[in-house]
Amino acid sequence: MPSLLRSVAKALPRPSASALIPLIACLYVVVIILLPALEVVAGAFAKVLTPFIENLQSEELRSAVMLTLRCTLIAVPANTIFGLAAATAIARRQFPGKALLLSVIDLPFSISPVVVGLMLVLLYSPTNGLLGGIVSSLGLKIIFSWPGMALATIIVTFPFMAREVIPLLEEEGWDQEEAARTLGATNWQVFWKVTLPSVRWAVVYGLILTTARALGEFGAVAVVSGNIAGQTQTLPLFVEDAYKQYDTELAYGAALILGGVGIVSLLLKLFVEQLLGGRREEEPMT
Amino acid sequence: MASAQPARRRGFSWPAWLQLSWPWRITWIYLALVLFLPLGAMALKAAAVGPSQFWELATTPEALATYRVSFGLALAAALLNGVFGVVIAWALVRCSFPGRRLLDALIDLPFALPTAVAGLALAAIYSTNGWLGAPLYALFGLKVSFTWLGVAIAMVFISLPFVVRSVEPVLEALERDQEEAAWCLGASPRQTLTKVVLPQLMPAILAGVAQGYSRAVGEYGSVVMISSNVPFKDLIAPTLIIQKLEEYDFASATVIGMVMLLFSLLSLLVINGLQVWGRNWEANPAQSA
Repeated sequence: MPSLLRSVAKALPRPSASALIPLIACLYVVVIILLPALEVVAGAFAKVLTPFIENLQSEELRSAVMLTLRCTLIAVPANTIFGLAAATAIARRQFPGKALLLSVIDLPFSISPVVVGLMLVLLYSPTNGLLGGIVSSLGLKIIFSWPGMALATIIVTFPFMAREVIPLLEEEGWDQEEAARTLGATNWQVFWKVTLPSVRWAVVYGLILTTARALGEFGAVAVVSGNIAGQTQTLPLFVEDAYKQYDTELAYGAALILGGVGIVSLLLKLFVEQLLGGRREEEPMT
Repeated sequence: MASAQPARRRGFSWPAWLQLSWPWRITWIYLALVLFLPLGAMALKAAAVGPSQFWELATTPEALATYRVSFGLALAAALLNGVFGVVIAWALVRCSFPGRRLLDALIDLPFALPTAVAGLALAAIYSTNGWLGAPLYALFGLKVSFTWLGVAIAMVFISLPFVVRSVEPVLEALERDQEEAAWCLGASPRQTLTKVVLPQLMPAILAGVAQGYSRAVGEYGSVVMISSNVPFKDLIAPTLIIQKLEEYDFASATVIGMVMLLFSLLSLLVINGLQVWGRNWEANPAQSA
C-alpha cells in the first residue's frame, strides 16, 4: 500500500518538494486514519439508520453502557487523586531514583493491556490467584466481576494524570507555595488554593485523556471480565462480541457511541490546547 | 482487597527515615496496590513454574510463531511509520497548506478512538468488499482483513502518532540557519537532508519508533478484530495468552505473559535511553555524537 502511495505520488506531474511533502503526509493519514474513521460513521448510518434507535433500547447494550460508565467513574477519580498526590510529591524535588520512579509510573503504557489483565487474574483468581483464597473467604468476587474490571481500568489509565501534571509543576517552581506558607497557610490550604489552581488546565487535560482511555479500554478488561453478555460486558467488549456474532447493526451502533465519545474527547483536547494558546506558535494560515 | 495493606501499615509507627508526607504515602500505597502487587504476583507465579519448564513453555512452536507475528509485524509497522511519521511531522512543522490543522488533529485519532472501534473499522474497510479492501483484492488479489496483512495494518494505525509527536518538537527547535549555511557551502538538498537535518532528528525518530513498536507489540483490541486468530498464521502473542487462559492453561499464559512483560521493561529502558541521548544531543551535539 505505501508503494502504491509512492507510485501515485510519482505519477502526478512533478511538483516541488514543498507541495509533495504535505501531499504525501495527507494521503498517508487519510488512508491510515481518516478512511477507517469515516467507515464507522458511514457504516452505522447507512446500514442501521432506522434500527439504530431501536438498538439503543437493547437491554445488553444498555447494561454495557452502564458498566462502562461505572468502571470509568471509579477509575477517573481514583487516578486523579493519585496523579495529584504523585505530582506534588515527585515534581520539584530532586532525589536519588527520581527518574526510576517516573519510569515506574509510566510502566502501564508499555505493558500490553492483556498482560495487565493476566496479572490481575494471577493475583485475584479464586482458583489460581495468589490472593484468591483470601478474596473468596472474604466473600468478594473480583475476577469475572466489575471490581476486577474497574481495577484493570485503573491500572491501564493511571499514568495519564501524573504525566500531565508533573512537567507543569516542575516549570512553576516553589515561589508561590513558599509565599503562601510564610503567610501561615497549612499544607492543605497551600495545595487547594495555590498548587491546584496553578495546574488546573493540566488536570483538565489529564481528565480528558484518562476518561477517553477508560471508556475505550479493551484488552485488560477483556481478560478479567469473562465477557458475560448483560453482566460483565463493557461497551468495547460488546462491540467485539456483536461483531463476531455477525450482529453488524448492533456492533456499528455501539461503535458509533464509543467513536463519538473518542471524537468528543479529541475536540475537547483541541479546545483546551486552543485555550492555552496552542501547544506551539501556530503560523497564520494563508 | 484494597483495605488490607493500608490497615496493616497504619499499625506501625513510621520509622524516622520513613516519615513521609501525605502525598508520598498516597503515591506509594497506590503504586503498591495497583502495580507492584500484580507485578509481584505474576513474577511469583512465573518463578513457581521452574526454569526448565519456563523455557519449554516459552519456546513451544505455537508460542514462537506468535512472537514472530507480534514482534516481526510490529517492527515492520513501526519502521514504516518511522519514514512516514517524519514526512508528516515535516509537513506539519515546515509547510503551510490548507487542512494542516485538520491533519494535526487527525494524528491524535488513534489515541482517542477506542481500539475496538478502530478494529471494527479497519476490519470492515479492508475486507474484500470494503472501501479499500475491494480495489486491493480486484487489482492485486490481496486479502487484508483476516490475514497477517490486516494485523500489520492495525499495528500501523495505532503506532502512527508516536513518531509524529516525538519528531515535531525537535523539528521545531531546529534552526534553519544550519540548512542555509549548508546551502551556502554548496550542499545539495539531499546532502543537507542526510548530513544536517536527519542526524539531528535521529534520536527523536528512534524514540518514536521504539514507542510505536512497544505499543504495537502489546496491542490487542484492534488486532484481534482484524485477525483471523489462526495459530501459525496471524495469531498474536496477547491473543495466545487469552486463549491459554480460556483453556485454563495458567502456566503457559503466565510464561508467555512474562516474556511480553520482560520485553516491555526492556523497551522502556531503550526508550528512556534514547530520550536521554536526544536531550544530551540537543544540549551538546558535538560531544554526544
